[in-house]
Amino acid sequence: MLQTPSAVEVSGVVRTFGRRRAVDGVDFSLNPGDCLALFGPNGAGKTTLLRVVAGLLKPTAGAVYVGGRSLRDDAPARGQIGLISHQSMLYGALTARENVEFAARLQGVPRVHDAATRALERIRILDRADTPVRSLSRGLQQRVSIARAIVHEPTVVLLDEPYTGLDAAGAAALTEMLRLLRVSGASLILVTHNVDEGLAVASDAAVMLAGRIVRRDACASLEPQTYVADYRALAMDATA
Amino acid sequence: MTERSAPRVPGTLGAAWLVARKDLTIEFRTRSAFFSALVFAVLAISIFYFTWDESVISPVERAPGVLWVVLTFSALLGLQRSFGLEEHDRGIDALLISPISRESIYLGKAVGNLLFLCAIQIVAIPALALFYNLPIGRPLLIVTGIVLLAMIGIVAVGTLFSAMAVNTRLADLLLPMLSLPFFVPILMNAAQAATRVLAGRPVAEAWPWLRILIAFDLVFVVACTLAFPFTLEE
Amino acid sequence: MSSTHQRADIGASATPAFDWFFVVSVLCVAGVYVRAIYFTPVEALQGAAQKIYYIHLAGVLGAYLSVSITALMSVVALWLRDERADRLAEATAEVGLVFLTVVLTTGPIWGHTIWGAWWAWWEARLTLTLFLWFVIAAYLVLRGAIEDAAMRARYSAVLAILGALLIPFIHLSVYLFAARLHPMPVVLKPDRPSLPGEMLTTLLLSLGAFLLFCIALIRVRYQLGVQRDLLSSLEMEGGAE
Repeated sequence: MLQTPSAVEVSGVVRTFGRRRAVDGVDFSLNPGDCLALFGPNGAGKTTLLRVVAGLLKPTAGAVYVGGRSLRDDAPARGQIGLISHQSMLYGALTARENVEFAARLQGVPRVHDAATRALERIRILDRADTPVRSLSRGLQQRVSIARAIVHEPTVVLLDEPYTGLDAAGAAALTEMLRLLRVSGASLILVTHNVDEGLAVASDAAVMLAGRIVRRDACASLEPQTYVADYRALAMDATA
Repeated sequence: MTERSAPRVPGTLGAAWLVARKDLTIEFRTRSAFFSALVFAVLAISIFYFTWDESVISPVERAPGVLWVVLTFSALLGLQRSFGLEEHDRGIDALLISPISRESIYLGKAVGNLLFLCAIQIVAIPALALFYNLPIGRPLLIVTGIVLLAMIGIVAVGTLFSAMAVNTRLADLLLPMLSLPFFVPILMNAAQAATRVLAGRPVAEAWPWLRILIAFDLVFVVACTLAFPFTLEE
Repeated sequence: MSSTHQRADIGASATPAFDWFFVVSVLCVAGVYVRAIYFTPVEALQGAAQKIYYIHLAGVLGAYLSVSITALMSVVALWLRDERADRLAEATAEVGLVFLTVVLTTGPIWGHTIWGAWWAWWEARLTLTLFLWFVIAAYLVLRGAIEDAAMRARYSAVLAILGALLIPFIHLSVYLFAARLHPMPVVLKPDRPSLPGEMLTTLLLSLGAFLLFCIALIRVRYQLGVQRDLLSSLEMEGGAE
């Protein structure tokens, strides 16, 4: 059967650091509009996997295709990616708007000012647009970082613990934004160890342990309470 | 909301200019590195005046030596902050996942550093001329040109090593150790050329030195641009 | 799995093997110096100081051989991403630094007797050797400051390759500097000595002995690198389990 290429195609990805296998053979693919929530304890390899998908790390084996193209070899294809990571990737001395506009310029977004306004508005931080990022609180910096990541309207958004530091209003704005992104056809990968948060927005859930995906479910068929209990048991087994 | 036209990813030079302008904006906002480098330069120029016996060596003769020492160490001060800026909140990651080329990140950083150093020299060279009573005129102008040639080489090598040093355990401590041996041919040739020009000799006499300096700039701008992608995380 | 196999390896190499090659090379060096000191005539013009040729020039040979291999292996390491090339570059850089130090110590001792000055900046070869020493020292410090093996290999290879590009520039600059100061006297070209036969034989023997010694050192240092990497990989596996 002929089909359109998946939004994200991860096949046989291994990533080692020295002899340590941080990611040890991961396969999955996402269609446009999918949101995969990736759960796992600390050190399971979630962040490494995300950085490999983003093209920041080279896979030791296997390959990642975004929209059918490999990000490491194909610079223009990197424009499809938006990344929200542990670090804000912002410059403290610049204002929120300057940070977002800089990201937009790197992506070649036309009408930079409007695009930045739109991105800042979506995550409800427009009122602080002209404040230097350094003097914003951790949670507000996180919102600016989210605006920076989506200003070019990427088709694949990678989120590493995006709810960290957000207050209730920020979290609500993020959840709403993720919903809209999915409606507009973007695929999301959401890394978190908070299962409730993840299940609230995801279409698919996967558990990662010691570099491998050990379980994958469609969220529609899940009973959140039993899933949380199952996940706890899995994670406890892994650390024991 | 969906009236977006196709993005036009900036080319290598365009992207490099974006990066350089961003760095200079940050520098202009904080001014911390600039002022410390500037004050260092002027301070060193005035202190070095007292390290020679005025009756033995005239100020005009020792001015070039002071110029090159001050240039080197104020350059190191400026270069140290270059990639530290990116490392702090991993701004470099945002550059790396954007569609711009690796080389344009290096070139942008280098251009930013070069303009930063030029801004310091714009104050330091007149300060030197003032404190050492140098004759203002054509020779001083030519020396400024030689300084520019020297800075291109210093920045080419220093920017690359700054990118490497931030990822090591020694961080800033490593930068002088890596860079200074590479500054040797730059300083040697620039200083020899400048001394001759300042002494009022014809430029042709300085040419053998300038030739090596120009060749160094060309070789190392190309080599360091090509080497830069290897210093990024893989 | 392969870890049991590796453990067997370590067990085997942990018993200090008698390194014939190393011992023979040390004996050769010792033999050459006995000959140089007791059985080679003293040169008429330079006196006993001339005997430093037998270590100085041999040191030059070892230093430049090692450092050339470092540069070459750095290109290979960066190109093929082969950890053996990186390890060999590391070993030769360290051995090279030792030989460069020998050159830099013996050069001034000879110079003090012949020129009456410890250091002569216009002696282009000595000056070049000094800056080469700085580059190699920076190379080794850089290696020591990086934890991740792949990154260490890339960074140090970049530094070594740029260093190889740097050498001709320093060479040209120093020569230009020297030529303007002192037209280089022909007598002071110690690398083309028109030595009488017996001295020449000793010199050639010392070069040969040092060559063996240099290769033996590189070999030992390389094996040390192999075992260190093996050990750290075993520790890593132990930690992960």
